[in-house]
Amino acid sequence: MSLLEISNVSVSFGGLRAVNEVALTVNEGEIVSIIGPNGAGKTTFFNCITGMVKPDSGSIRFQGTELIGMDPNQVTTLGIGRTFQNVRLFPNMTILENIMVAQHCRTEQGVWGALFQTRGFKKEEKEIRERANTVLDFFGTRLAGYRREQPAFVLSYANRRRLEIARAMATMPTLLMLDEPTAGMNPRETKELTQLIGKLRDEWGYAIVMIEHDMKVVGTVSDRVVVLDHGEKLTEGDYETVTHDPRVIEAYLGRPPEDA
Amino acid sequence: MSVDWSRARFYGINGGITLAFICAIGMVEAFDSRSVINPGLTLGIVALVWVPPLLAYLATRRKALEGFEAEPAGAQDLGAGALVGVITGLILVVFVWGVDALLEAGVAIRDVFPRLSPAMIEIVTFGRGLGAGLTILFVGCVGLATAGAALHLLSRPVRRGIEFGLLYVLAFSLLEPVVTDILEDNADALYARTGGLKPSAAAVIFLLTGAITAWTTHRNAPSIRTRYGRMDLDVQRRVTIAGVLISLALFGILPRFLGGIMNELLANIGLFVLMALGLNVVIGLAGILDLGYVAFFAVGAYGTAVLTSPGSPAFSPELSWWVALPIVIILATLAGLVVGTPVIRMRGDYLAIVTLGFGEIVRILFLSDWLSSSFGGSQGIRQIPGIEWFTGEIKGVDPERIFYMVAIFVLVAVYVSWRLQYSRIGRSWMAMREDETVAEAMGINTVTAKLLAFIIGAILASWGGAIFAAKVGSVFPNSFELLVSIIVLVVVIVGGMGNIPGVILGAALLIGVLGGPTQPGLLQEFQEYKLLIYGALLVVVMLVRPEGLLPSTYRSRELHHEEMDQDAWLKAGVGAGIDEEEPAL
Repeated sequence: MSLLEISNVSVSFGGLRAVNEVALTVNEGEIVSIIGPNGAGKTTFFNCITGMVKPDSGSIRFQGTELIGMDPNQVTTLGIGRTFQNVRLFPNMTILENIMVAQHCRTEQGVWGALFQTRGFKKEEKEIRERANTVLDFFGTRLAGYRREQPAFVLSYANRRRLEIARAMATMPTLLMLDEPTAGMNPRETKELTQLIGKLRDEWGYAIVMIEHDMKVVGTVSDRVVVLDHGEKLTEGDYETVTHDPRVIEAYLGRPPEDA
Repeated sequence: MSVDWSRARFYGINGGITLAFICAIGMVEAFDSRSVINPGLTLGIVALVWVPPLLAYLATRRKALEGFEAEPAGAQDLGAGALVGVITGLILVVFVWGVDALLEAGVAIRDVFPRLSPAMIEIVTFGRGLGAGLTILFVGCVGLATAGAALHLLSRPVRRGIEFGLLYVLAFSLLEPVVTDILEDNADALYARTGGLKPSAAAVIFLLTGAITAWTTHRNAPSIRTRYGRMDLDVQRRVTIAGVLISLALFGILPRFLGGIMNELLANIGLFVLMALGLNVVIGLAGILDLGYVAFFAVGAYGTAVLTSPGSPAFSPELSWWVALPIVIILATLAGLVVGTPVIRMRGDYLAIVTLGFGEIVRILFLSDWLSSSFGGSQGIRQIPGIEWFTGEIKGVDPERIFYMVAIFVLVAVYVSWRLQYSRIGRSWMAMREDETVAEAMGINTVTAKLLAFIIGAILASWGGAIFAAKVGSVFPNSFELLVSIIVLVVVIVGGMGNIPGVILGAALLIGVLGGPTQPGLLQEFQEYKLLIYGALLVVVMLVRPEGLLPSTYRSRELHHEEMDQDAWLKAGVGAGIDEEEPAL
């Protein structure tokens, strides 16, 4: 059984068919890239999976559980972590707190534990802190050391993107969904992040679905590439096949003039 | 150009209008009965005197940008200050003269402005007739304004010395009932028999506190705050514990020295601290703007009344207060759920409006004929017994013990909100306040998190209500007006949203000095102008210090985001916010 099985998902906003009958399967430990021109419906498709948009029809099954109708927090609890296209951290919380709060659905201490400082509460707090540090350590010197007690807004743009990925990791997902992880990064940062995405799969064992515009990144890490255009799946396959598909080229560059 | 004359003109006109307004609404007359320095200065005059120097000071203040030297103040600034005074004084003189002329001519201006009375004119002309009085008034305005501008010419220690000296004199005058209670007969050295500081005592206080402030400023001693910040974490911890213990001990023994009225005041402050702490959980931590908070206070009070009073109309189990308390807590939890569930899917402004409605619904229900058979309608419920204690019953007639009772519950409330704030739940509230959509996407169930905040807030307010019922001995729907919600909200905002010490300070200052919705504060004369002053204070705080007096770190971050970013950048040269040189891959 595949990790994620999506069949015939459609979403309309008023008269606009943002996503039309899209199907997709993702296997364990696979990296799938979703590409397509602007407005192709990639982010809406993402939001369907994470429960932020309710599809009109179709089915999304994650490890056999139907996700449609679930709230975003339930989807996250099942094991899907995500990042946002326009980085959305909790800017006034510290870096460490950003990661700590993301473990909410994996922890359980409530009012009682907090008020009476039970042993279970203290143990869990310690674990949350340790796990947060482990996740941050993965990003090496970038998010290391003294910076962790600073508010997240002091971070540079690239580091905010890194922290967002770290926060998604802290929800302990099996499937990581990255919405344009390298957008706005310079070439060196992009290259670094590309390697990191590979490591996320190899060392942490995540399956990854990502939306990406940088073809170099897509070509380097993807096992499979899915192309969306006007809300429909144009084609699917490995990077080489897909990028040489005339339909894909047409979607990006337009049809050559008839009389040429 | 160093002096901005148009700014001076603008401030002058504003000052004049402010002074005329203060006279017109009758503050001068109403405050005249209270003596600040006896003889010589009444609160009525103080209500006017602060305006010209403050505006002149502000008009000639220069904003120094980071890294730039401000131009030193000079004689021109005195000129600008004097200009502020001249304009202010002219407007006030013309106003008073005009009012006098109209009153003489028998024009019925008092139909519209009932407070424009001959008595007011008598006060502002110092009882010396129009000619001499107005001259004094005008010269006084110019003199005071020039003095205000002249503050810029003084060195910083002297300036702060004067400012703080004046503040201390005012504070001592304000705290007259407290100090008299503590010092008893010895207080005669400070205060005149008919109230107010003795001139000699005022001078001593001014010189002493001024000199101390000037000296510490001169030594450039770092403020307590910076020194605290520089300490090691475990030293900091010990200092905090010591500070808390000392203030606890102080508050523990203080009521022993105070008389009934001051203890009553302390108990009222305590009740508002309790409510403000609860609202702080809802607004400050979880970011839910609840404008109907008084509903939970009412549930607590009415719950206690029904359960304990033999006078309860329909159902009267006559339980002891302590047995009733857990039931009241359950009732408050239910009320939190009932109010919370329908509004929980809403955000921001919509939520505020709906909670506002719920607050009123609760009061109107208690007032209605429909429920009057159970809650007594506008008659309320009377004969509520006090709180049983080992040494007997604690009732409102014994404010000292009521205060201790309130204090115990305040301590519990502080503990609860402190522990929750720094726990998994507190973090989820914080995340929700920052960005609800993302918080939900990160696995936080925002519905339960919000409901929990609502319930905790409701429980803390219900404690306040339960003590309130036992203290007053009766409950009426009118005690639970919208105004209570608003005043608690102002306390939280002015004190510092999201910060426990801030909220306590806010309640102590506002309720203590100005008074609550119906309870008088230290300045009983303010009673009539309380809402005006609350409103003005809120505006000033929002403009000058939007994060409140003692802000939480998060609030100040939120509000001073960009400045902090820039500061960090300036301090580090190019560092902090920006990536360091990275090794090539």
